[in-house]
Amino acid sequence: MIGGPRRVAQEVPRGAEMFKFVSMRLFQSIIVMLVVGLIAFGLFRFVGDPVNNMVGQDTTLEEREALTESLGLNDPFIVQYGRFVGKAVQGDFGMSYRLRQPVSDLIAERFPATLELSLVSAFMALLLGVPMGIYTALKPKSLFSRGFMTLSLMGVSLPTFLIGILLILFFGVTLRWLPTFGRGEVIQLGWWSSGFFTASGLKSLIMPAITLAIFQMTLIVRLVRAEMLEVLRTDYIKFAHARGLSPRLINFSIALRNTLVPVITIIGLQVGSIIAFAIITESVFQWPGMGLLFIQAVSEVDIPVMAAYLLLIAFVFVVINLIVDILYFVVDPRLRVQS
Amino acid sequence: MTKALLDIRDLIVEFPSRHGGVVAARQVNLSVAAGEILGVVGESGAGKSTIGNAVMNLLERPGRIGGGEIYLKGEKISNLPDHEMRKIRGKRIGMIFQDPLTSLNPLETVADQLIGTIRTHLDLSADEARARAISLLDQVGIPDPAVRVDHYPHQFSGGMRQRVVIALALCAEPEVILADEPTTALDVSIQAQILELLKDLVRQRGVGMILITHDMGVIAEVADRVAVMYRGEVVETGPTAKILGDPDHAYTRSLISAVPRPDIRLHRFPMVESIERAGERRELDLSTHWLGKARDFDTRGGGGATGPLLAVKDLEMVFRSGGFLGSKASSLRAVDRVSFDIRDGECFGIVGESGSGKSTIARLVTGIYKAAGGSISFNGTDLTKLKNRKELNKHRRQMQMIFQDPFSSVNARMKVRDIIAEPIRFHKLSGSESETRRIVDDLLDHVGLGARAAVKYPHEFSGGQRQRISIARALATRPRFLICDEPTSALDVSIQAQILNLLKDLQEELGLTMMFISHDLPVIRQMCDRVGVMSKGRMVEIAETENLFVAPKDDYSKHLISLMPSYSGLSEREVGQAEAS
Repeated sequence: MIGGPRRVAQEVPRGAEMFKFVSMRLFQSIIVMLVVGLIAFGLFRFVGDPVNNMVGQDTTLEEREALTESLGLNDPFIVQYGRFVGKAVQGDFGMSYRLRQPVSDLIAERFPATLELSLVSAFMALLLGVPMGIYTALKPKSLFSRGFMTLSLMGVSLPTFLIGILLILFFGVTLRWLPTFGRGEVIQLGWWSSGFFTASGLKSLIMPAITLAIFQMTLIVRLVRAEMLEVLRTDYIKFAHARGLSPRLINFSIALRNTLVPVITIIGLQVGSIIAFAIITESVFQWPGMGLLFIQAVSEVDIPVMAAYLLLIAFVFVVINLIVDILYFVVDPRLRVQS
Repeated sequence: MTKALLDIRDLIVEFPSRHGGVVAARQVNLSVAAGEILGVVGESGAGKSTIGNAVMNLLERPGRIGGGEIYLKGEKISNLPDHEMRKIRGKRIGMIFQDPLTSLNPLETVADQLIGTIRTHLDLSADEARARAISLLDQVGIPDPAVRVDHYPHQFSGGMRQRVVIALALCAEPEVILADEPTTALDVSIQAQILELLKDLVRQRGVGMILITHDMGVIAEVADRVAVMYRGEVVETGPTAKILGDPDHAYTRSLISAVPRPDIRLHRFPMVESIERAGERRELDLSTHWLGKARDFDTRGGGGATGPLLAVKDLEMVFRSGGFLGSKASSLRAVDRVSFDIRDGECFGIVGESGSGKSTIARLVTGIYKAAGGSISFNGTDLTKLKNRKELNKHRRQMQMIFQDPFSSVNARMKVRDIIAEPIRFHKLSGSESETRRIVDDLLDHVGLGARAAVKYPHEFSGGQRQRISIARALATRPRFLICDEPTSALDVSIQAQILNLLKDLQEELGLTMMFISHDLPVIRQMCDRVGVMSKGRMVEIAETENLFVAPKDDYSKHLISLMPSYSGLSEREVGQAEAS
């Protein structure tokens, strides 16, 4: 192409802008994590007494004092917080009160289950939701669009647990096609346990993933549709029609890209919330993931597990936000190149 | 008549609805020849844009062509199927839209948009299309086109973006160009450049152009022939000089008389009432009425005799942006050491292009922004030094503001009565609620809306009527000083003439002092006693209005005055009548 060198020349400031932008966001992310860490640490300090949780009924006052001292609980607040952050960075969240195991081991054991479930349902929601949103925006009066919109209304209004139970009743109990609980057989890949490679693992995944995806999917359909309708009304779409461009180019190249700019943010946060709020689905299907671990930790005031879960979810959100910001930067030139 | 390039015959456009629907264009006949510019002029709702959309077959649902035919070089193009029509759009008829800020896809470079359009219509390779894109940018006067072509729309200024829009319309050498308000969103100096460009294109390429606009000045400047539209009908068509100079139709006459004249100052705008019936104004006896009473500044024997009512000295305002952790802070000096005085009872105009800092001054004077430096003395008191809220409110009560946008400057969820009563209640200016109501009713009568308006909501009124609500609200504090920030630039000319007449009447009756901000030089000439010209945050010249228009001193003022449309065709007859009335 003519003017090739010019394009290269433009890449340089773009890269510099990008670096500055990303390092800014990283810095802000660290602050967010430190604040969440403070809250998680606050759990130890202010919800119950850790010493009480460790010692028995007949421990003497002196022994308690010694334990408090040895745990460093007499140190100033800031020193203890620093120690907590230092350990957390290394993945050390202490021992679970309930299971007497290191929290990091528990998480490592449960995390793959939740992540696999979440990713599968996030992909389901995106791959079905975005095209359906586009379709209903482009052909608002067609029979399919009306059908999609009615279904999506049901998806939004039916509670997740009900959908899960109905699926279990139909496919699990009546038809006996799919297993109703657990992950099925898993294969260990190093510390990661995966259900993707066995028939029973995949079969077990179907119902929980659908249950988790339906709400997100309906949300995405409605969001994409609303944004797209908005974009289709803009002057630049009208101008594109007036220039005789083909509808395919207008709808999928111009309109869709402009639709995605605002949609990316919300979809990113939705994916985060799929991971964070898989709790209900995991309970319904007895899915051995983090949500289930968290529920049990709450009912037994297992503070180290709760603190670790809080930090991990915050971390997931921060990472997703960072990815969203970078995507934004790639999609929208107004952020990249200053006028 | 010369052979018509585009011929519109008996066109009817309808917007059907359950309640019978609206006819947006009835029996419209228009034609444009090669190398000719046909101006289509009319006020909002006249159906001008509908014609353009009907030609392109881009009518918004449920609009449709209800009758008549459109011919392009003798070939019928109305009601063609969409895939046929697509070969005409962009290829044979190009279209230019009003707002260059919104008519380009923000996510694609100018090159991609141009190349996409070129390759849709012409069988060119990517490299050839790119070369053509660069040459098109060059032709529409974009400097350094080989570099600029790879920029995104947001990297261009408004005027440059409109040039890009024009380049896009020219991609496939269309025979006809429809320009729908192509310069309305632009500053005067940019407007002049774009009009010059359009004229050149028509002359050099021999295309036919339909120029749709509400602006008589633009018509006078570029159109060869004019069609005047009123409520969906073409009421008059003819050569520009004839239509502007000696119109036959009563509507055309009143429309032209409502245009503020740049060349001569008139006392009032004549004949405008025949267009939209202005509400009857019921005059109040100000010697006994609340509005005239207890105007505490009157009791001190003219007050202003001792000095100017408003004295602004070395006023400064800086806007900062960015500046958080590493990103470089940038600052914009919006107002740069501006000084001026406004005498008691005069109307002081501030004129300038967008971004010159006009509105910022209004906001500084009223206290919406806090000044970065300098002083604002109102009636001898420096408002920038006042800390006491009560004292400040006492002074603020005496100055009121009328904003540009009549739609967003009144609270849509309040009844008109409460909107106007709010300042009365806030400043505790009336003894009782029943008195407040009576005052509001009288104010509404006084601005020509009628007391019945009190129980309605703002959305039930047109733009001009809403501006009357704003004026009534401003009067409700019994102000001494009125700041009008582009009060009529969102309105049609006839409505503008009514509002300007109203402001003049009020100023005379109530002895108001006014600061009148506008980008529109003819309006300034009609309204103001003295004018300050602003450019890039500085006040470059302050002069008596007539002196400024006849003999501007500063280079920028000269430039601005020279860009004013000339209306060479306007008839002396109209002027004679206007002066007699």
